[in-house]
Amino acid sequence: MSLDVQNLVVAYRTLRGDVRAVDDVSFSVADGEIMGLAGESGCGKSTLGNSLVRLDRTMRCLGGRALLDGTELPLSDWDAMDDFRFKKVSLVPQYSMSALNPTRRIGKMISEVVRSRKIRYKDVLPELERRLRLVGLPTDVLAKYPIELSGGMKQRVVMVLTTLLDPSLLVADEVTSALDVSTQRAVGGMLVELRDMGIVTSTIVITHDLSVLVQVADSVVVMYAGKLVERAPTATVVDAPRHPYTKLLIASLPEVGVRYAEHVLAGIPGHPPSLLDPPKGCRFADRCPLASAECAVEPPLVELESGHFVACWKAS
Amino acid sequence: MLNLENLSKSFRGGSFGSGAVPAVRQVSFSIAPGEVTSLIGESGSGKSTIGKMILRLLPVSSGRITFDGVDVASLEGSALKEYYRKVQGVFQDPFSSFNPVFRADRIFRMLEREYFGDLGAREWSAKLHTSLEAVGLNPADVLGKFAHELSGGQLQRLLVARALLLDIEILVADEVISMLDASTRVDVLNLLAGLKERGLGVLFITHDLSLGHYISEHTVILRRGVVLEIGETAKVFGNPQHSYTKMLLASVPRLHSHWEPLEPGEPARTGPRDAPRGRGRRARGQPLEPVPLLVEVEPGHLVAFEDGGTATAGDER
Ligand SMILES: Nc1ncnc2c1ncn2[C@@H]1O[C@H](COP(=O)(O)OP(=O)(O)OP(=O)(O)O)[C@@H](O)[C@H]1O
Ligand SMILES: Nc1ncnc2c1ncn2[C@@H]1O[C@H](COP(=O)(O)OP(=O)(O)O)[C@@H](O)[C@H]1O
Ligand code: SF4
Ligand SMILES: [Mg+2]
Ligand SMILES: [Mg+2]
Repeated sequence: MSLDVQNLVVAYRTLRGDVRAVDDVSFSVADGEIMGLAGESGCGKSTLGNSLVRLDRTMRCLGGRALLDGTELPLSDWDAMDDFRFKKVSLVPQYSMSALNPTRRIGKMISEVVRSRKIRYKDVLPELERRLRLVGLPTDVLAKYPIELSGGMKQRVVMVLTTLLDPSLLVADEVTSALDVSTQRAVGGMLVELRDMGIVTSTIVITHDLSVLVQVADSVVVMYAGKLVERAPTATVVDAPRHPYTKLLIASLPEVGVRYAEHVLAGIPGHPPSLLDPPKGCRFADRCPLASAECAVEPPLVELESGHFVACWKAS
Repeated sequence: MLNLENLSKSFRGGSFGSGAVPAVRQVSFSIAPGEVTSLIGESGSGKSTIGKMILRLLPVSSGRITFDGVDVASLEGSALKEYYRKVQGVFQDPFSSFNPVFRADRIFRMLEREYFGDLGAREWSAKLHTSLEAVGLNPADVLGKFAHELSGGQLQRLLVARALLLDIEILVADEVISMLDASTRVDVLNLLAGLKERGLGVLFITHDLSLGHYISEHTVILRRGVVLEIGETAKVFGNPQHSYTKMLLASVPRLHSHWEPLEPGEPARTGPRDAPRGRGRRARGQPLEPVPLLVEVEPGHLVAFEDGGTATAGDER
C-alpha cells in the first residue's frame, strides 16, 4: 500500500470563514497505480493534490491523515514536510508550465530548484540529461529559455524535474489541459512511462477531462463539492458508473463522432454549492435528477463491489 | 458572407532575428451565415493569427478578407465601426478579458457608450436582458458581480452575450472552451450551435477534431499556416485523407478506446515528438516548403498533395 489517505479534511482560512475544499476524503493508491482525480472546476481536486505536498501555506489540514509507504506525512507541519517534498512526494502544480520564469534558462532554473533542496546540480546533471533523452527531449533544452520551447516540451521538462529524485508519489495537476491533442498524447504517454520505468511509484493525475484518464489511469476518483463520490477501476467508472453525478459528467462529454445535428449533448444544469456553507445531506441533491427525501441525509461511501465505492442512496 | 482569399501573414523575425516568420500562407475559405466553420490545427499552426486578421487586430501581409464583397482592410472610421457591429470575437481565456478591478458587466457599459448612446435606459436594459437570456444567463446571477465571483462558463457566456448585443453576423470563437470543464464545455458548444440556427456564421477555432465535428458544417485543417484538408465536416471527418488529419483524429482522447499506435511498430502510448515552439517557424536556412495544391477527392472535399504522391480517395487504403 503506497499511499493511504484517511478521512482527510483540508480547509482554506478566509475572511468569511473556513472553505472546506476537501471534506472527509479517504482512498488509497497502490504501488505502480496511476489514479485519476476528476470532477468539475472548484470541486477540490487541486486542493487534495496540493495538501499531500503542502505547497500552499493558506491551507490547513483540519483532520485525517495520509500514510506514504507506512510513514505518516506531517501534513500540518510545513517545515517537517520539507523532508518529504520533492524527494518522496512531488507535485506538478496546475499552470506550472506557464509559470516558468521567462528570464531563466531551463538549466539555470533547475539548478536553483535542486540547490534549494541542498542538492548539487553537478551531481544530478548526468541523470537529468539521461531523463531528458528518455522522454525524447534534446539535452540542449537546458540552454534554452522557456519561450523557445513548445507547451509540450515545457510540460515534459517540468515533469522530468519533478520526478528527478524518484518520488514515491507524483501528483500531476492538469498537465495535459492547456495542450493540443497530439501533445496531450505525448505528455499522457510520459506519465505512463515514468510509472513503467519505476521512476515514480504511485501517481495521482488530476484533470477534468475523463477521456484523458481513460488513456492513462488505472483507477478514477470522482469528487464533488469537496467529497469523494465514486471510486473504481477506470473501465468501471466509464462503462458502469453508479453515481448520478458521474453519469451526468460522462454524458456531457462530446465523444468523437457525435454531432449536434443528430444528438444534442446535455450539460449538468446548475452549479456546485459554495463550500463556505455547504448544504446538509447529499451535496449533489439540488442538481440530481434522482434526489428524494432521503437525500437530506448525507450518503456514506459504500463499497458496492470489490474496489467500486459510491456515495449515493440510490446506487445500491 | 466573409471571404478569405489567398490570405498570408508573416511576422518579422522578432527575438531570433531569423527573418520573416510565415504564420499563415495562402489560405482561402469562407464563412457563410447560418453555418459553423471549424478551423483545426495544432498549437502554432496559425489559427489565432487568422482569427485576429478577420477581427482586424493584425494587418494582413498579402491576400485579402472581404465582408459582403468589401475589402476589410479598406474600412475606416464609421465603416469600420459598422464592421465591428457585425463581426465580433471571443477568445480562449475568459478571465483575461475582464478587468478584475471593475464589475464584470462593465464590458456592456463600454458597448452602450460606443453603439447605443441614443437608447433610453429602459430600452437598453431590456436589450441587455434579452441578450443575457439568449446565452442562458440569469441577469440577477451575473449583473453587478466581479469576474472572480463568476465561473469560467459564465464569463464566456457574458462575452458571447456582448457580441450578440450588436446583432452580429459573424462570430470568431478562438479556443473558447479549452479553459472550461467538461459539463460547461457542452453548454458553450450548444450555445454556439444555437447561434447558427439564428443565422450567424461562426468560425470555431479548436485543436480538437471531435469538438469541430460536433458543431460544424465545414472544416479547415491547418498545419504550419497551410491548409491541408478542407470541406464538408462529415466528409473530412468521415473520410479523412491527409496523414495529418488522421494523426489529429487518432490523438483525440476517447472515452471508450485507447490511443492507437500512429505507425506500425510504434508503442501505443507515445505520441509524436513535437517540434520546437512555433511549428510555423522553419529552422534557419531550411528552405520553405511550397504551399501544396489542393485536389478535390470527392465533391466538397479537398486535400493537399502529400510527399510521395497525391492524396486521392483510393490511394490511402
Ligand atoms: N487560496 C484559496 N483560498 C480560499 N479558497 C480557495 C483557495 N484555493 C481554492 N479555494 C476554493 O477551494 C475550492 C476547491 O478549489 P480547487 O482549486 O481545489 O478546485 P479544483 O477542483 O482543482 O478546480 P479546477 O478544476 O478549476 O482546477 C473552490 O471552492 C475554491 O474557490
Ligand atoms: N505577434 C507575433 N509575432 C511573431 N510571431 C507570432 C506572433 N503571433 C503568432 N506568431 C507565430 O505565428 C505562428 C502561428 O501562431 P498562432 O496563430 O498563435 O497559432 P495557433 O492559434 O494556431 O496556436 C506561430 O509560429 C507563432 O509563434
Ligand atoms: S444521494 Fe440522492 S441526491 Fe445524492 S446523488 Fe444519490 S440520489 Fe442524487
Ligand atoms: Mg485545479
Ligand atoms: Mg491560438
